[in-house]
Amino acid sequence: MPVLHVRGVSKSFGAIQALGHVDLTLDRGEAIGLMGDNGAGKSTLMKIIAGNFPPTEGAILIDDEEVRFTRPVEAREKGIEIVYQDLALCDNLSAAANVFLGREIKKRFGPIRWLDHRSMYRRSGELFAELKSETRPRDLVRQMSGGQRQAVAIARTRLSDPKIVLMDEPTAAISVRQVKEVLDLIHRLKETDHAVILVSHRMPDVFEVCDRVAVLRRGSKVADKPIGDTSPEEVTGLITGAIERA
Amino acid sequence: MSTETQSEHARIDDTIAARREMTWLQSLTRTQPFWIFIAILILGVIMSQVSGVFLSERNIYNIARNFAFFGIMALGMTAVICTAGIDLSVGSLMGLTGIVVGLVMQAGNSLLFGFFAGMGVALLVGLTNGVLIAYFRMAPFVVTLGMLAIARSLAMVISDNRMVHRFGPDQELYLWIGGGSMLGVPNPVWVLIVLTAVFWWAFNYSTWGRWVFAVGGNVQAARLAGIPVERVIVSVYVVNSLCAGLAAFMMVGWFGSVTNALGMAYELNVIAAAVIGGANLMGGVAFALGGPIGALLMELIRNSLLLAGIGALWQQFFVGLFLILAVFLEQIRNRGRT
Repeated sequence: MPVLHVRGVSKSFGAIQALGHVDLTLDRGEAIGLMGDNGAGKSTLMKIIAGNFPPTEGAILIDDEEVRFTRPVEAREKGIEIVYQDLALCDNLSAAANVFLGREIKKRFGPIRWLDHRSMYRRSGELFAELKSETRPRDLVRQMSGGQRQAVAIARTRLSDPKIVLMDEPTAAISVRQVKEVLDLIHRLKETDHAVILVSHRMPDVFEVCDRVAVLRRGSKVADKPIGDTSPEEVTGLITGAIERA
Repeated sequence: MSTETQSEHARIDDTIAARREMTWLQSLTRTQPFWIFIAILILGVIMSQVSGVFLSERNIYNIARNFAFFGIMALGMTAVICTAGIDLSVGSLMGLTGIVVGLVMQAGNSLLFGFFAGMGVALLVGLTNGVLIAYFRMAPFVVTLGMLAIARSLAMVISDNRMVHRFGPDQELYLWIGGGSMLGVPNPVWVLIVLTAVFWWAFNYSTWGRWVFAVGGNVQAARLAGIPVERVIVSVYVVNSLCAGLAAFMMVGWFGSVTNALGMAYELNVIAAAVIGGANLMGGVAFALGGPIGALLMELIRNSLLLAGIGALWQQFFVGLFLILAVFLEQIRNRGRT
């Protein structure tokens, strides 16, 4: 039973069809690379799975149960965590505050509840250590490097134990050393039976961590095959349209 | 990405990672209220040399009471500014609240009834502002500018342009609440102290405070994190209006009378106090202590000019000067930090 089943999903924005009848399945412990040129429909598909808006047609099934999200929070409640491309962080808050944003740890005395800063600092410190990141929980995000910001965004997904982690270009703006860290993290997610969708332009990343690669072109899925049965050359051809379908 | 830029990025990462975390004192000296507090001390030392009256009990008492009203309002304004909003209607709301409290008590009702009537009006005005801004996505400047006119006009209509100076059976108690003191400290200052503590706690230890800062820092990120952005925005306008209402309630008790001109043009002083205290109009940066400290500096300037024999006509000049100076100072301190 696949953990995620995208069944015949289409999405139109007015007269423009961004996605047309896309099918996709994903198993536990599996990572799929989602590739395609700009405007191919990757972001639209990601946003539908992440709950930003519902599809025009088709359905999303999680563990064989049909779900219909209208807000990202609903997707999160069903075990889908997202690392956004622009990272969606509050620059004016600390790393720990960002990790716990919207699900702060609180202490309670009678009717009064207050933020448990110590626990949040400690827990996010542990998460950063797991990610082998130098990020310090008390630092403001404003003062951080690209890699550290990435670590904060990824640490957010580790708070709950999600079924599916969506990553939108997680290696786009960081240094080589940190690309390796992010890829290691994806390996670790797979080992612990999480399913990962990796949207990336970077062919080497996809070929290193993903089990399958799916290619979108002009809103349709033109390929979906195991990484061992394809090559960077073929994928490039599929993305550009030099190869029609595979 | 070329190898060169990659190694450059790695170098930047390493540099940043090598930076030590700030000590308590270091982080304190990075805040605007700290520097304004230093300015207050310096001004105080200078004035104590210039004028023998400055440090007299009477003068300190007056300064404390005068700035308390602005301090109370600046607390609420700080929360609004923290969400990158603004509220221009607080001065008019003072007039409306003051008149409502006055008329209700004049009609023979109890103090408590008058208080709740006034706060009820403030709540309604704050709710209207907040809902229009949060749910109808209207610009805070425009909504509250409209409310500035509406609230003042309502105050004029219901007061029939007459002064209220009789407050029914609880008159004596009311005049004591506004004008009296406990342990030598004016009552409005007690209110300010308690409220400042509450705001400090809320900004640093409540989920609400955390969310207010998140909304001001990056509203999109806040929404994606599941924060009820609209409700947070409504709440800051309500809180701000309640602060203005409370300030009006205290002030009318002190004056012993109220006209519909109460609080005229106060919104500018309140916003100035919040901004001098470090609230950033772009949102996301604010200090609970900033509002009261900003208000204190402004009152001190006013008082100093008076004692130094400089004409009252210069007052606004110096308030404006300090406002610009405070923001300029913040700019300089922020440079090279990003």
